[in-house]
Amino acid sequence: MSVLLSALDQVMSVMHLSYLMLGVVIGLVVGIIPGLGGIAGMSLLLPFIYGMDASVGLGMLMGLVAVVPTGDTFTSVLMGIPGSSSSQATVMDGFPLAKKGQAARALSAAFLSSMIGGVVGAIILSLFILVARPVVLAFSSAELFMLTLLGLSVVASLSGGSVFKGLAACGMGLLVGTIGGAPATGDFRFTFDVDYLYDGIPLIIVGLGIFALPEIISLLIRNKAIASEGNQLGHGLGQGLKDVLKNLPLVGRSSVFGSLVGAIPGLGGSVVDWMTYSFAMGASKDKSQFGKGEIKGVIAPESANNACSCGSMVPTILFGVPGSGAAAVFLGGMLLLGIQPGVTMVTTHLDLTYTIIWSLALANILGAALCIFLTRPISLLTYIKFSVLAPVILTLILFAAYQATRSLGDFVALGGIALIGVMMKSANWPRPAFLIGFVLSAGAENYFFQSIQFYGDSWFTRPGVLIIAALIACGLLVPPLFRKWVAKKRQLDRGLDEAPSTNFSADIWIAGFFLVVAIVFGYKVFDEQLLTKAFPLIAITILGVSSVMVIAQHIKNRGLVETSEIRQGIIYILGFFIMSFLYFEVGFLVTTFLFTLLFIYFFAKGGIFKSSAIAFGLLVFLLVMGRVMSVDYPEGLLDGYVLTIANMI
Amino acid sequence: MKKLKHFALSAIAALTVTTAVADNVVPDTVDFTIPFGVGGGTDVWGRFMAPNLTAHIDGNPTIVIKNQPGGGSITGTNLFYKRAKDDGSNIIGTSASTLFPYMLGDKRVRFKLDEWTPILASPTGGVVYVQPDLGIESSAEVSELLDQELKFASQGPTQLELPILIALDLLGADVKPVFGMKSRGAGRLAFERGEATIDFQTSSAYMSSVQSLVDAGKAIPMFSVGVMNGAGNIVRDPAFPDVPTFEEAYETVHGKKPSGMQYDVYRKFLAAGFAFQKVIFVPSDAPSDVIASYNDAVRKMIADGNFQKEAAVQIGPYQNAVGLDIAQYLSDAVNISPEMYTWIKDWLKSEFNYKL
Repeated sequence: MSVLLSALDQVMSVMHLSYLMLGVVIGLVVGIIPGLGGIAGMSLLLPFIYGMDASVGLGMLMGLVAVVPTGDTFTSVLMGIPGSSSSQATVMDGFPLAKKGQAARALSAAFLSSMIGGVVGAIILSLFILVARPVVLAFSSAELFMLTLLGLSVVASLSGGSVFKGLAACGMGLLVGTIGGAPATGDFRFTFDVDYLYDGIPLIIVGLGIFALPEIISLLIRNKAIASEGNQLGHGLGQGLKDVLKNLPLVGRSSVFGSLVGAIPGLGGSVVDWMTYSFAMGASKDKSQFGKGEIKGVIAPESANNACSCGSMVPTILFGVPGSGAAAVFLGGMLLLGIQPGVTMVTTHLDLTYTIIWSLALANILGAALCIFLTRPISLLTYIKFSVLAPVILTLILFAAYQATRSLGDFVALGGIALIGVMMKSANWPRPAFLIGFVLSAGAENYFFQSIQFYGDSWFTRPGVLIIAALIACGLLVPPLFRKWVAKKRQLDRGLDEAPSTNFSADIWIAGFFLVVAIVFGYKVFDEQLLTKAFPLIAITILGVSSVMVIAQHIKNRGLVETSEIRQGIIYILGFFIMSFLYFEVGFLVTTFLFTLLFIYFFAKGGIFKSSAIAFGLLVFLLVMGRVMSVDYPEGLLDGYVLTIANMI
Repeated sequence: MKKLKHFALSAIAALTVTTAVADNVVPDTVDFTIPFGVGGGTDVWGRFMAPNLTAHIDGNPTIVIKNQPGGGSITGTNLFYKRAKDDGSNIIGTSASTLFPYMLGDKRVRFKLDEWTPILASPTGGVVYVQPDLGIESSAEVSELLDQELKFASQGPTQLELPILIALDLLGADVKPVFGMKSRGAGRLAFERGEATIDFQTSSAYMSSVQSLVDAGKAIPMFSVGVMNGAGNIVRDPAFPDVPTFEEAYETVHGKKPSGMQYDVYRKFLAAGFAFQKVIFVPSDAPSDVIASYNDAVRKMIADGNFQKEAAVQIGPYQNAVGLDIAQYLSDAVNISPEMYTWIKDWLKSEFNYKL
């Protein structure tokens, strides 16, 4: 106990606080800019922490790690771009809320729940760290596999009206996730001899392609401000805080769940937000507003992702095995400070561990407070006509995508995924199902083979496995039964009433496309050895059978006409390919400037002053980012000149 | 536009002139490519080396670390090969996972190591250890390992564990590797959970995370990979003087020293993976005085007492080597003869059904 308090005393010193604050501010900035997460922030800080006092350095790193999942909410809510992989579920309801003119409400609710989630996470961490070793060791590959199944079972509740569409989307996600090296054998699958595909498609690309780009395209087609409904900004802020207080049990549950999943190495932040999202959905009586702007859909993942980043410190500190991407970087920071993770962190170095925990709690509070303070001015962005914002957002998306592997492949993959995203969006297919399949694909396959190899057939009799299996069964069976019971009582079943309006002509195109993918991939992988092809074949079967079922349903219900949005969407994707090619070949900076200038002047009719001001501002922003964060851009033909001039200033 | 271009060109000219005029041979800003993500082993090593190098190079150039992850370091190394300037302002830090694909003829590899000159090499060692419930009490009873199936949580057949897999096979152990671990750390976790019965860690990880298991009787060290002495022989690792080398373990089991093709292949991958685990390269086309100046800096750095003390904590108790001194050994280590290539290809195929 005295260690706990002496650590607090140390954290409260001016020196420590000021470095912590520095970490918080940098964490917020990198969180807000899409594509940069904890990893980019760390690369900015690491050179400075070398040789620093360990507790101060840790405080600064903690400040950064803790607030990235807070700051990344801004772009998720305001622009529909997930600021980092841990806030993808926030987009689901946060962005629709912004479209309703309630951006401030969504943001303030997100920040307060982030704050509570982070603090709850830190409290759990401080108790848990002392007893965590046996618990973490109890989660073997078999339990981890069951957890991925638990994650996949979420798809059922996210598929809305059509189970087969949900399954097909999930199967597609699983299949895209198997591109690259097979974990059990090291063989490469579906690479089509393209170097880029050997590593698989990066998560950030999939997130941007499946959510962000399709949203932007559909906004461009309509060309209004993001917030198309009345201005309620003034009330929104307080409303959001009230929403959180009203849903405190949800916040509590999500935070506890988040920190526990974070504590188990192997799953990480990108899964936990989807799981809590679907739990929030399963537990609420009225599901109709989820996906259309339900505040609970913002509160649950935001409480969970901050708690998760606290939880992920458990395996990092105790075992030196990072629980998440940001924790991996934090681990590097610890090593640079000369601290070896391991059991000594809870024996001889317990003071350092408590310094980490106090810093986490404090950083969560400071970060959320700063964000709430910024909410009102920043959410005004949603009232700007969208065509003015579009080039800025496109640049941000390309910027984010390029940080994935820094090659043209990033843009091409983004366009390809976005094509799927546009089709799915305009025909009302559940895009989260695709993303969940993708996120869990590698884990499901890897842990499945590992548990079979380690335990043989006896793996499914392990108690942990049985407990999680029971949880999955409850999750799948209880909500439909509960719904039936409610329906009987009220003579009203919203679940069925609210089946999304589907577009059958588009359905057949998408299902047909998926079927072709299933056949081509199936043909490609068929000759591989068993351990290489088993999992892709399962994904292909799910994908193929569900697509056939969707087509069968379509034939039964024929007669609906195709909307033009899907065709327009595909034209925009073509435009995107051309633009991204120009960004790459002509030079990122030059193209940003010219495209923004021309687009706002001609397309948005912005006037010469406005268009050149925005274009110039964006250029300066990119140059500053490049300098401060040592970020690289595709230089292309012309950027060399711009950089030379910029370097002279 | 024309004016702008003129301005830009004159600016470039001005910049070129300033660098040419400077007294110091190594350019003022050096880009240090790390073909791995931030926070990984090679990145931490690079970030430790960069300021120390800066301090020992004349003119104290700024060394900027550029992380370029992907393809298990192949992507970043390919890009470096394609783009690096030959004025000495671009250097790269590689790891075992850069050298192995090169040696195994991975078709993604476009870089050519023989066009680069090493300026620094950092070695590491490593220890193989087993669960106590196998009925073995010390490394002297290594023969007991042979009649049971050993589960080894590994990253993949061509990763850092490759020489260890070859060595265990040479010993005659029945190892069943479980592939797909995200890192060596994940493998260690599987060992701690009791899933894996045999495991291997490099020196620094062994000292920080396994030594406590050994002290608590939860792990028993079997053999280390040893270190190479000046005469080219493998001797006991100074970090683990009580742990026999693989060669000793082999002798305990088979009553003679290891030899033959399989042992030669083992030694190749051991050298590339451990003796030269981390290497800083500069393109050989760089001016010879720049390369010489890098080598001098490394020599001074290695002799610096403060550096030695810090390096022992950060990267293990091993003597770093000046590139000039080890260039020949390194180029020997990474060049695989056609016979050896055929052997390793067949071995990977028959052991793990892995196609090169």
